[in-house]
Amino acid sequence: MRAEEIEMNKIAQIFQSLDYGPAPEGPDQANAWLDSHGRKFGHFIDGKWTKPGKTFASDNPATSQKLADITDGTAADVDKAVKAARSAFKSWSALSGYERGKYLYAIARAIQKHSRLFAVLETMDNGKPIRESRDIDIPLVARHFYHHAGWAQHLSREFPDAVPYGVCGQIIPWNFPLLMLAWKIAPALAAGNTVVLKPAEFTSLTALLFAEICERAGLPKGVVNIVTGEGDTGAAIVNHPDIDKIAFTGSTEVGKIIRQATAGSGKGLSLELGGKSPYIVFEDADIDSAIEGLVDAIWFNQGQVCCAGSRLLVQESIETRFIAKLKKRMSTLRVGDPLDKSVDIGALVAPVQVERIRDLMQRGTKEGAVIYEPDGELPGGTCFLKPVLVTNVSPANTLVAEEIFGPVLVAMSFRTPEEAVALANNTKYGLAATIWSENINLALDIAPRIKAGVVWINGTNNFDAAVGFGGYKESGFGREGGREGMSAYLKPAWEKNLKPASKSSPHGEAGAPAILEPRGRGTNPLDTAHLDQTAKMYIGGKQARPDSGYSRPVLDPSSKLVGEVGVGNRKDIRNAVEAARAASGWSTSAAHTRAQILYFLAENLDYRRDEFAARLKAQTGQDGAEEVALSVERLFAFAGWADKYDGAIHNPPQRMVAAAMVEPLGVMGIVAPQSRPLLGSIALLAPALAMGNTVVLVPSANSPLSVTDLYQVLETSDVPSGVVNIVTGDGVTLAKTLAEHDGVDALWFAGTAEASAMVERASAGNVKQTWTTRGLAYDLADRRFEGDYFLAKATQVKNVWIPYGA
Amino acid sequence: MSLRVVDNSHSEATHKRNPGFPLDLDWVERIRMNRSALERRAGTIGTRRTVKKDYQLAWLLKAITLIDLTTLNSDDTDGRVERLCAKAHHPLRQDILDRLDVGSLRILPGAVCVYHNFVKTAVTALDGTGIPVAAVSTAFPHGLAPVETKLREIELSVADGAKEIDIVIERGMVLRGDWQALYDQVQAFRKACGDAHIKTILGTGELATQTNIAKASLVCMLAGADFIKTSTGKEKVNANLVTSLTMIRMIRWFAEETGIEIGYKPAGGIATAGDAIKYMALMKEELGTNWLQPHLFRFGASSLLTDIERQLEHGLTGHYAADYRQPMV
Repeated sequence: MRAEEIEMNKIAQIFQSLDYGPAPEGPDQANAWLDSHGRKFGHFIDGKWTKPGKTFASDNPATSQKLADITDGTAADVDKAVKAARSAFKSWSALSGYERGKYLYAIARAIQKHSRLFAVLETMDNGKPIRESRDIDIPLVARHFYHHAGWAQHLSREFPDAVPYGVCGQIIPWNFPLLMLAWKIAPALAAGNTVVLKPAEFTSLTALLFAEICERAGLPKGVVNIVTGEGDTGAAIVNHPDIDKIAFTGSTEVGKIIRQATAGSGKGLSLELGGKSPYIVFEDADIDSAIEGLVDAIWFNQGQVCCAGSRLLVQESIETRFIAKLKKRMSTLRVGDPLDKSVDIGALVAPVQVERIRDLMQRGTKEGAVIYEPDGELPGGTCFLKPVLVTNVSPANTLVAEEIFGPVLVAMSFRTPEEAVALANNTKYGLAATIWSENINLALDIAPRIKAGVVWINGTNNFDAAVGFGGYKESGFGREGGREGMSAYLKPAWEKNLKPASKSSPHGEAGAPAILEPRGRGTNPLDTAHLDQTAKMYIGGKQARPDSGYSRPVLDPSSKLVGEVGVGNRKDIRNAVEAARAASGWSTSAAHTRAQILYFLAENLDYRRDEFAARLKAQTGQDGAEEVALSVERLFAFAGWADKYDGAIHNPPQRMVAAAMVEPLGVMGIVAPQSRPLLGSIALLAPALAMGNTVVLVPSANSPLSVTDLYQVLETSDVPSGVVNIVTGDGVTLAKTLAEHDGVDALWFAGTAEASAMVERASAGNVKQTWTTRGLAYDLADRRFEGDYFLAKATQVKNVWIPYGA
Repeated sequence: MSLRVVDNSHSEATHKRNPGFPLDLDWVERIRMNRSALERRAGTIGTRRTVKKDYQLAWLLKAITLIDLTTLNSDDTDGRVERLCAKAHHPLRQDILDRLDVGSLRILPGAVCVYHNFVKTAVTALDGTGIPVAAVSTAFPHGLAPVETKLREIELSVADGAKEIDIVIERGMVLRGDWQALYDQVQAFRKACGDAHIKTILGTGELATQTNIAKASLVCMLAGADFIKTSTGKEKVNANLVTSLTMIRMIRWFAEETGIEIGYKPAGGIATAGDAIKYMALMKEELGTNWLQPHLFRFGASSLLTDIERQLEHGLTGHYAADYRQPMV
């Protein structure tokens, strides 16, 4: 070795080492802005800044230095903000779409003009690398407002007969502070709502700067109100009686609390919650690119990303090589000062998060996980973590099951595409998934089979305002971005005119106590003229005796006995849900096939119309011919929809398409209304089936025979076993079991306000999507219900991002 | 501060030349290159990595040592080549060197690259500098001449004193997937080069896909290439970061499988100091700092040097510099 001792200056040393050295972005402008507010902030309510109240400190997580004092919003503050939003709503929603669009456009422009200030402030407040805030967060914010300026203008054409909710309460997380604000505020304002938004307590600053931008853009006062604070402030928003819709992004735990809190309130709700998203690498992938993708998946924003690709599933045949390459790649990730332009991983948001992640890793290690971290020193400070790779784990390990929300990747292997899908879906979450394969056949086979709202093929963490984002399962419901996102801030105009249902009305309620005292043997010709008929449960294509061994009488309006049905219980529901889950092939059957079967069902029902009409008359005392005819027509309508209510292709700015696929929810519980014993069930069943859901149907408790008569029609119409399962009995009791069942993905319930509230509350367990009548008179005979109203509620949109390029 | 400094010629001395390997068509067929993903990585390298102040100056000095100072024009003359060689000998103004205080470093370009007809001129002009002469060869830029002619051209350039031979491949062989023919020809070229190092120019702008580029890279490396190089500078599309990423990932894979380190040379269109830093960062990230040495990385460029000089002057003075104040290449 030829070496020599010489004096070297710094440049000569770097010439040898070729280190990167520091490349800090200056904080001066952001500091000057903070100083201009005396580093102490009140709320932004009704176009004015309130005096700071009781405050808490907002720190820079990279330096632990206090940036500013933030006011901890009280219930009175929230109330003031809601009042301001309410009084602004009338004129704001009355503006033409073009006028609202111009404001959104002005906001987009203003964000671009001050983009660096926003980026630096965001990085100081949150700890994310300046590269990300500068190149990803803030440009996406501007894009979101541009995109929604257009929606505002085209609203009435694209969403006829829709109206805004009113005042929206919006609660956002700390991982993408300004971006989540944009995702909430832009569509809300475009649709004509006014908002009260609470930023996360760790990261309020860019929301406050945004308020200033709104002020300068001349946004009418009260349209956007920013109330800062902690959990209690959020609770005050959630529970405020004059808020019409809650939009929340955050943890699944808090999401469930909000679901419970808003149950029965009639508030609109969209939840974007946690995730544990699979990142699947097949053996025919571009492996180096898949590894680079992981950097964008799990080491983006320190892994504090709800859709982070945090569960690596790699095909066994390439596992060893992949893991070795991955470890090597991890060693070149740079952890450090987030304001440094050459840093990949900045600071986590707060020491409490670091502690949480360390605890989780300890638990995982105790359970056998092997932790790998690359060599190298961490910068000083309490909020830095190295990138972590966890191996030697199975789905049973805490680190695989739990959302870590940090730079921790867990790795497992799979052998076949089927096993990859099974592992990918082996989670309570369903936000996103990534698939790497150079075989388009394989990739497009896997994408629809993964239960997640976003699927990225050969790429990851792509976002765009035109493409909906949101989860399946316990990752929440509702979409943000694109058409799907707009519809989350709109509701049908007719909904506000719904009247309360009364027991005597034709739209009576489940939960009304059935009169169980018969006045002697009925004289229904069906019963007297024929052999005794035993209406059992219908489960998995077979008639099954009720588990309880009890029957209940079915009476006519004069309380004469017209028949008996089984009293369904928990176990019948359990069996029915099992059967419905086992019939999931229905969801992937061709839409044309589903249409054929529904048409056939209509045909066979029509063939027996007289019999069904007579049965209706026997139970209700009213002529049933019209109801049967309407039921046939409704089946016909949704048979027609089966192959037409489909998706869209979005065009994000990158060279790729995003296929918005309309997918069924899965297993749906349907508790039909008391009234219109046949149509009430058919009107809800038909859209659910048309879209590929399998169903557990609880028919009208008082008049269930019209539905138990359907068994033979279902069978003769080639409806596959398990696609429709019917359990008779008390609607409320059975609804509770359905609501609490984790294997039920959605629940529609027609019944009283109290029972609806119960259903919504009990559905929080697995964050089911619900539709309830809340004691209101939905006239299902109305032809407004033969269209997209129920189709939209029976489906969820999955956006599959497909890049291309030879 | 006293530091133990390793002379930068050391690595070169211990560098193991590529002995060549049998053509492995299975390996060629296993290659997968996803263009969109490559573009995402290449597109963010310049936003993920930057160097400032002293670091920028040091990196730019290093960049100079990685340049194959090149003139490949139909109107080249001995005079033009001599001027290029003079610049190679003094790539930086003395006052800039003095102010940088880096007298201990050898700041000279990696090579001077010319057509065969000027090899002798360049060798003479560079005598005593230690700067090697590289000759483009084998019917550059198209490569469409009889193989006997091409082999003879290599031999003549080597005989004239060229230490490096930049051959061009026949792009048609790649487009036809005739890997055996490509392999055989490059292997023959390699043999003709003898001790001179062989750089294989792929003409990437004419290979249509990243997958083709990757496969051609591998076949050339298996055939014994010391360097793989993007372009002649005469194609419509020159070197870019995406193509570079494809090629250096093949270099990395080749090193993983064989232990042999192959050099990389992007050429054509790299004209600014900022570009040079991005390429260097890409090399450092994907292949490691070790690859940022003249025996493993070269820029095929000429005007790049002038821009680097300007940036160095700016770094020293804080004033923006004008190109006419730098001695022209």
